[in-house]
Amino acid sequence: MNSQPGLSFEQAPPFHQPLRFFLTAPLFLLVAGVLLAMESGGLNSRWSAGALALTHALTLGFLAMVMLGALMQILPVVAGSTLPASRTVAMVSHAALTLGTTFLMTGFLRSSPVALGSGIVLLLTGFMVFIAAATISLMRVAGSDTVRGMRHALASLALTVLLGGLLALIRAGWENPPMIEGASTAHAGFGLLGWILLLVAGVAYQVVPMFQITPPYPLLLRRWLTGVLFVLLLLRALVPLHAAPAVFVIDACLAAGMLMFAFVTLRLQSQRRRKLPDITLDYWRTGMTSLIACVAVWLPAQCWPAWAKSDARPLLLGVLFLYGFAASVVTGMLYKIVPFLAWFHLQAQHQAKAGTIPNMKQMITERKMRLQFRVHLAALLLLVAAVAWPNVLHIHAGIAVALSSLLLLSNMFAALRLYLKHGGRMS
Amino acid sequence: MSTILDYLGSDHRVCDNLFAASEEAVSKRNWEGASKLFGQFHHAMERHFAMEEQVLFPSFEAKTGNSLGPTRIMRAEHEQMRLLMQEMESAVSSHDGSIFLGMSETLNMLMQQHNLKEENMLYPMSDRALATERETLLRDMDTIDK
Repeated sequence: MNSQPGLSFEQAPPFHQPLRFFLTAPLFLLVAGVLLAMESGGLNSRWSAGALALTHALTLGFLAMVMLGALMQILPVVAGSTLPASRTVAMVSHAALTLGTTFLMTGFLRSSPVALGSGIVLLLTGFMVFIAAATISLMRVAGSDTVRGMRHALASLALTVLLGGLLALIRAGWENPPMIEGASTAHAGFGLLGWILLLVAGVAYQVVPMFQITPPYPLLLRRWLTGVLFVLLLLRALVPLHAAPAVFVIDACLAAGMLMFAFVTLRLQSQRRRKLPDITLDYWRTGMTSLIACVAVWLPAQCWPAWAKSDARPLLLGVLFLYGFAASVVTGMLYKIVPFLAWFHLQAQHQAKAGTIPNMKQMITERKMRLQFRVHLAALLLLVAAVAWPNVLHIHAGIAVALSSLLLLSNMFAALRLYLKHGGRMS
Repeated sequence: MSTILDYLGSDHRVCDNLFAASEEAVSKRNWEGASKLFGQFHHAMERHFAMEEQVLFPSFEAKTGNSLGPTRIMRAEHEQMRLLMQEMESAVSSHDGSIFLGMSETLNMLMQQHNLKEENMLYPMSDRALATERETLLRDMDTIDK
């Protein structure tokens, strides 16, 4: 059977491979919280050094970190295909992403061309290694809706990283080309709506029905959404920014796609068969509501020029999309993946009887997850308020983000402690 | 004519619904209902495993000459699910809701990722590899104790 491409059914990678990504990620959220608490610059203008450092702590250090680790785990399940040389890929991409993000943030904050340059080299290396491995893995399999979503997401990630490299070189002192504004818009577009949203959508097709036992996503949406959004993003990058009507039409279509995904997800979850309280469900609902709020913030700018030009608008969009939508969905996923993997590897290693090892709800208790969720919600609300009053509220928002990340980290360590206590091995 | 994917895939949904119903009964501490619904779920799962382990997997292994690949992993996951269901059964008997719900959360993850692998890969592969004998296989599976 191994001669048939894409059908290897290999078992999941060893626990330490995804876990190192999952345990590193909250540290960047912690750093982001501390930076925000220390100074309000991050919320004054989207172009400030502080805002760029915060954004990349969140997008690279937290979101991409978890998403790469989760992809390694999910690919064998949804596509029947593991990453080639997964051990090396995990090691290189994790180290490069951790160091690269740290250098990049330092480069922004200290205006250091050397740090920026080192950051770019490391991030390009890490992402390209991962993207190459994931591309090989996804080329071997037949294209399901989820696989298509992942391909579009990975293509967007590659474009985001390349454009990001270009932008960082410019910031490091390279000559300023005429297309700079277009490049930064495309970088953000491919990063947020391409890589993050398309990956979440592709994965949602499988995990939303699976976690709560809901009806499947409508066939047409599964088949077309990620492809259409990806083409729209390509068009958006190619259309000159001053061609206002075309830009508006494309943006409106992108917004419609986001709304459709968010509303369909919320509707499916309301039809769920499993009615029990569930932290991941709460996190996903927060995420989808934030996605809808993004459109509500974007829309008035189309007929209200003062809002379109305001510094607060892109920051509010950033907070809602990155912290409200992406970080919520990703944290919700962690609360399913980490306890399950701890249980699964423990059981498989010891052939343990079910009652002799902790089950998922004992790995991380509901009470601890609920507390962390509440702090995350408070942090989200404080971040939104801090966009309006950065000088007053940046300290509160920063502390709340830091506290939420510490609780998340401590919850994952609780699962790891139990895993090790019951004789779980790391390799 | 039904495919293996349709036939066994829709049986997954039957099991899912019984699973959700028994979980709901436990969460409402309706032990009588829970015992009945969990019994039905357990039976449906064992029947599904039997259809696979006694009919589908042996044919698949014979046809592809591979008993160490996907079917081996599917059998191993069946064993993991059986162990969890045993614990859930005793939790129902001893009216221990928190153990039951911890086990059922674990079982749901294991069961759903297992179903994904089957529905995304193993069943379509079987439909291709066993196209000629599919009708007989479906009939054989249908005769397994309901």
